[in-house]
Formats: sequence, structure tokens, C-alpha cells
Amino acid sequence: MEFDLSLLLNGIVSGLLLGGLYAAAASGLAISFGMLDIVNIAHPALMVTGAFTVVALGGWLGLDPLVVAVLQAPAFYLLGMVIYSAYHHFFEKRGDEALQGLAFFFGIMFIIEVGLVMAFGPEQRFLDPSYAYTTWRLGEIDLPLRMLVPGLFALACIGGLFLYLHRSFTGLAIAAVAQDAEALRLMAIDPVRIKRLAFGISIALASMAGGALVVVQPVEPSSGQVFIGRVFAICIMGGMASLPGCVMAALLFGVVENVTATFYGPSWSPAVAFGWLLLVLAFRPQGLFGKAA
Amino acid sequence: MNATLRFWLGAVALGLALVAGLRLLGNDYGYFAGYFVLQYVVLAGAWNILGGYAGYVNFGAAGFMAAGAYSAIVVRQWLGWDLLPGIVAAAVVAGLLGLGTGYLTLRLKGVYFSIATLCLAVVLQTLVVNWDYVGGSRGAYIIHAREIPPFTSYTEMLFIVMLGLAIGTTGIGRAVEKSRLGRGLQAIRDNERAAEAVGVPTLRLKLVATTLCGALMGVAGAPLPYYSGYLNPEAAFSLAYAVNAIAMPLIGGAGTWAGPVIGAVLLASLQQAATVTISSALNLWIVGWMLVVFVAIAPRGILGWFRRRG
Repeated sequence: MEFDLSLLLNGIVSGLLLGGLYAAAASGLAISFGMLDIVNIAHPALMVTGAFTVVALGGWLGLDPLVVAVLQAPAFYLLGMVIYSAYHHFFEKRGDEALQGLAFFFGIMFIIEVGLVMAFGPEQRFLDPSYAYTTWRLGEIDLPLRMLVPGLFALACIGGLFLYLHRSFTGLAIAAVAQDAEALRLMAIDPVRIKRLAFGISIALASMAGGALVVVQPVEPSSGQVFIGRVFAICIMGGMASLPGCVMAALLFGVVENVTATFYGPSWSPAVAFGWLLLVLAFRPQGLFGKAA
Repeated sequence: MNATLRFWLGAVALGLALVAGLRLLGNDYGYFAGYFVLQYVVLAGAWNILGGYAGYVNFGAAGFMAAGAYSAIVVRQWLGWDLLPGIVAAAVVAGLLGLGTGYLTLRLKGVYFSIATLCLAVVLQTLVVNWDYVGGSRGAYIIHAREIPPFTSYTEMLFIVMLGLAIGTTGIGRAVEKSRLGRGLQAIRDNERAAEAVGVPTLRLKLVATTLCGALMGVAGAPLPYYSGYLNPEAAFSLAYAVNAIAMPLIGGAGTWAGPVIGAVLLASLQQAATVTISSALNLWIVGWMLVVFVAIAPRGILGWFRRRG
């Protein structure tokens, strides 16, 4: 194979754009898994659900997919609150998170995936917004809008989340519940209510990431499976609860995966995700940007 | 007569009665359906060793099972060996896979192991799809003799092999439960830090359990290509195996040797009956719902339900 600088440069740039999307997918997990200690393995499946509803609603309303993604987010926020309420009632309160709680989320993931197959069929779905075939050129580097627009949208979502978590009272309460739920109770704030809210936000983010995903690439009901490795690897690499760490890890991950796909073929990209996950778990479980536990 | 001897005699008698009953029925479909149920007895029993006793959730049942199935295919294509050496190879390959994954992730909290097993299946599928020797995404054919004396048919032979494996797995599960290993694993499940503090070699026990769990899952998959005659990655890595391997022990009663057997017989028979009557997607959907409802309402499974009442 001949080394090609412009191929490498393009691989890095589109990897960064892809990384923005991964960051949106993983930032919701940074809230649920990182802050609330809820191992929501159904997160990617909920993201794929968001992608499918964007396709269905977008076709019906005739709106841009990213606009639809924002419009449908409140519905996913409510869905997330319902899921957390059930999880809290049956598992968290009883102290059954480890085995039964994990099985619960696995069951949800499975129900979603099979449900999507039954509702939409197993075929791939994709969308062609008006800008899908436009590409900006900066010298040697191509910037396809199909990837640039969703990538920027994803980063905007994370920016909004960051401001919310650091500026608003509820946002600070979410950070507090992650540190010490009992102390929050002493401040006359119900930690369960805060957690429910935070979990709702994480699911809303998943759905918006799904909307961005379906613009970038075709989506099928089983797309979530590949994302499990990606989002957990990113979340752990980024140091679990840190949003900036999550974004950095996602960008790095997107570049590595995309350069691998450019030079060795895209069918190997799931292996990259898993390899990273294993390496991180084995050698640096506190994450690339996290502090030693 | 001690309890262990009684268990083995009872299991063998039950097995012989099953074979005799199916012979009297004289229909090949009986063996076909019976194999389907028994493979899940093995898979669920394997999951229970790690998940039930130690409380570590293995989501990668489909991956381990496919590793076993493809080991059997490789052994056949490469050396021309038949089913039984294939089963041994499957046990070795899948056991090493379990050991490797466990070694890399088990020093951390249990969820990391679960996440790793979840991804393992995806990656193994990538490898198999890219591996032309075993047929890649096109799949591999296994052509076997139609008759194989002294059995009445090839399916009967497969059924009897799987019956032996199911009895063996259940026996291993029971032996683990009564041994120091099982008590150590239960201590890990209840409180890993306390177990470590009183001198339970937690990492070593967990590694033994993951290896055993992986090997038995591989064994469950080894006869699969012989059973269906054709195997492609999509069928071998089907999510149905992963969800059933978790749902069956949890519904039957995880952490007891009889629980996975009860769950597997119940759920697999239900699915076998449902596949004939309704679509297979709906059928899997029902299993997913049953899993969610059972872990929420009866977290100790059917056995736990009765034990609490009795």
C-alpha cells in the first residue's frame, strides 16, 4: 500500500467529524453510566430508535432530520424518566442493580431491537437532506456537509448540556447527586427526582445523536450493537463523568477508527472499538483523562 | 446411597426414558425439537456457573457459542475430524476465549466484564465475516451421512450427544454448587470485598468460572453446524442465544443447578411451539418481555418464588 498524505489528512478530518457524532452518543452515557452509575446498555438501542423515529416523522412532516431530532427529544426525555422510574422501583431500591438490573437493560435493548425489526423491517434506512451531496473543499481536504452538519449539531448539543450542567441549579444538583446522593437529601432535594431528570436528559441526548446518525450513515435495527463497544469505550476513556474528557476521547476514537477504515477497509472498524475497549480496561480503567481511582 | 449418585442415576434414567419415548414416537421431528431444547439446557447451565453463582453477567453467549460452532467447522475442514473431536476443540477454544476476556477485565468491577462480553460477540462476528476459510459471510456447509448405525437417524445421534452434554453440564453445575469453588463464587456474589478479606482467592475463582462458562458455551455450539447442515455468521451469532442464555437461568432461578434446566425446558419448549405457530421475531420479542417482567417481579426466578412460599 502506498502512503498517501491527502488520504491520511482526509481520514483524520472526517474522523473528527465522525468523532463529534460519537461524542453526542457517548455524552448521554457519561450522564447515566458515568454520573448516576446506571449501566444503561440499552443506550445505543435508544439512539437507533431515535434515528428510526426521525426517518418516520421526517418523511411525514417533510422537515429537516435535525429539526425533527430536536422536536422529538422531549418525548424521549419522558421515555427516559419512565425507564428510570421502573429501574429505580424494581432494582435500585432493592439493591439488585448488579445482576437483575443489567439483565433488565439487556431485555430492554433486545425488546427495542426486535420491536424495530417488526415495526420497520430489517432493511437499512437513510435520509437525503437537501445538503447531503454538497461538499466544501479546503485545499486538499474535503468537508462533506453530510458529515459536517451533524457533527456540528452534535457538538452544539454537548455544548448546551455542558452549560446546563455547570450553570443551572438543576444541573449542579445532578453533579451533586453523582457525588453524594445522601448529602443531597440533607439539602431537602429528592435525589431520586434529580436522577430521574438526569436519566431523561441522557435518553433525550441519545435520540438527538440518533437523528444526527441517520444523516451520516444508513441505520438498521441492529446498528446499536456496534455502538455499544464504541460508546462504552469512549465513556470509560474519557474518565466516565467528564464531558470534556468524553468529547476528547470521542474525537480521538473517531480519527483512529476512520483512519483504520481508510487504510484497511471499513469491515474492520468494529474490531477497533473492541480492541480499544479491552486495552483501556486492561491498562487504564480510570480513563485517558481521568484521575487515578 | 448418597445424593450425588442419586442425581447421576436419576439423570441417566431420565435420559434413557426420553430416548425410549422418542423412539416409540418414531418421528424425526421429536429429536429435532428435543435437540433445540437441550442445547439451551447446556447454554443456560453454562451461563449460570458465572452469572448465577458469582453474579457476573456474561452477555456474550452468542459469541462463545459461535466460537464453538466455528471451531467444529475448522477442525472438520482442516483435519477432517468429525463431531466429537469438534466438541473437544470447541471447549478448548471457547474456554481460552473466556479466560482471556476474564483475565483482561475481571480485576475491575463486574460491569466492565459484562460490557466486554457484549462487544466480544460483535468482534468475533467481524472476524468470521472476514475469514474466507470458514465461508465468510456466505456461510459454511457440513455434509454428513444420512444414516449412522446403531442410531435410527443422524438427528437421533445428535439428540443423544446433546442429551449427554446437557446431563454433563447440569452435573458440572451441581458439582460446582456443592464444592469450595461454588461457595467461593457465592461469597464473591454477596460481597466481593469481604470475600477477598477473609482469604477467598477471588480473581482465581472468577477465572476458573469464566473459563468453565466459556468452554461449556462453546460445547453447546459445536454440534450446531451438524444440526443445521449449514451455518452462516448471522445464524451463529444470533441475539436469540444471548438473550435466552440470560433469560432462562434468571426465569428458572439463577444460582441453583436446577434453575437453568427448568428455565431452559420451559422457554425453549415455548419457543419451539411458537415458531411453528407464530413468527420468529414475535416469538423472540416475547422472550425479551418475559425476561424484563421476571427480573422485575420475581428476581429469584421460579425456584425462588416457590422457596419463599414453602
